[in-house]
Amino acid sequence: MVLVFVMSADKFKDRHGFWTNTIAREEYILKGNSSCPGCTAMIALRHIFKAAGPDTFVLVGACCAVVCEGVYPNTCMALPTLDTAFACTAAMASGVRAAVTDRGINVIAIAGDGGTVDIGIQALSGAIERNTDFLYVCYDNEAYGNTGMQRSGSTPFGASTTTTPFGKKEDKKDIAAIVGAHNIPYMATACPSYPMDLERKVKRALSIEGPKFLHVLTPCPPGWRISADKGVEVGRLAVRSCSFFLYEMENRELFMSKPSIDAMKNPIPLRDYLSVQGRFSRMSEEDMKLAQEKVNANIAYYREVCGI
Amino acid sequence: MKVKMAISYPTVGASGRTGDWRVFRPVINQKLCIHCYNCYVFCPEGTISPELGVDYEYCKGCGICANECPSKAIRMVKEE
Ligand SMILES: Cc1ncc(C[n+]2csc(CCOP(=O)(O)OP(=O)(O)O)c2C)c(N)n1
Ligand code: SF4
Ligand code: SF4
Ligand code: SF4
Repeated sequence: MVLVFVMSADKFKDRHGFWTNTIAREEYILKGNSSCPGCTAMIALRHIFKAAGPDTFVLVGACCAVVCEGVYPNTCMALPTLDTAFACTAAMASGVRAAVTDRGINVIAIAGDGGTVDIGIQALSGAIERNTDFLYVCYDNEAYGNTGMQRSGSTPFGASTTTTPFGKKEDKKDIAAIVGAHNIPYMATACPSYPMDLERKVKRALSIEGPKFLHVLTPCPPGWRISADKGVEVGRLAVRSCSFFLYEMENRELFMSKPSIDAMKNPIPLRDYLSVQGRFSRMSEEDMKLAQEKVNANIAYYREVCGI
Repeated sequence: MKVKMAISYPTVGASGRTGDWRVFRPVINQKLCIHCYNCYVFCPEGTISPELGVDYEYCKGCGICANECPSKAIRMVKEE
């Protein structure tokens, strides 16, 4: 029996490469918030704040995260938080950083994909150009979740939303590449299905001075039409099928993260990732093939860039 | 100059007792548990403590903990 215990524990440690005592015990998002059951964005934010610690100032743009805070005059946020208008999260972060000059205090801006790749992109670009010392986190549920799942620039090809009922015809914007083109000191992509990888990236980002960007893929049960318990599993499938790459970029040098290196060597078919989600249920065979070809092209591109 | 601001204060249960939303409740079988802490790490609500107790007042019953448990020690039981 003891042997079984030790073996299972080790096996687990290998599979995920982490052990819990490296995670802070403190919770900065209090229980009883209004997120949907099974919201992986909340897993991501929970670990981001755990990694950042108590000396953190948070800005939240109009998105699901602001609704999740709860009903006035109460909030689930146990960190000083400023809720901002939709388009200006990064601009307000610049303002906060001008007031809070102490490097020991982190400024973290949180926004959804719509608030980042569509309406907030000019504020983000400006804040990076001004060299604001802050971390911008875009959690990507691939639609305007808060207002009822309309398509955003970050919705992937083929996904049906309330405004693209027969599937989106355009590709997902590569926001990480757009931000990378600003020659940003640190940028990374992450997924809450790999929480230790996420926490490590947050800690690394906050140790660097200047603008930092984190793009987090967060499966959304109502929007992606998956059951509430499957969010973490679907995030893992996104990485394993190479639909989403986990990497870091420091001063224009790209480092692929381990889960994605493993995935690139032996990717699972894209179909395994798409077929579990209701939003792709109307995708035709041709579109499925086309989507797989796009993924293959991405794999070839990143192979060349990182020499894997 | 007096500035009027809407200030909210940190409260447990800012959106009410979210445990009332639950259809299935997670029940941990301590005999099968291998203490991997998957459930603690992946719970979106933080309702599983590091000592592996579930706070049923706020657990929304999403089932992620049961889905991520490698030894199937968590069962989702229908609420009465
Ligand atoms: C200028 C402006 N237009 C529209 C809105 C309404 N609005 C609030 S949140 C939101 C969607 C946010 O979507 P996203 O940024 O993707 O975050 P998510 O809700 O998906 O987390 C919209 C359209 C607004 N608040 N301000
Ligand atoms: S709509 Fe999606 S992202 Fe928004 S709270 Fe619900 S599960 Fe989370
Ligand atoms: S069912 Fe969901 S909310 Fe409840 S303890 Fe498990 S993971 Fe947390
Ligand atoms: S996930 Fe399962 S085995 Fe791991 S600590 Fe939780 S109950 Fe125990």
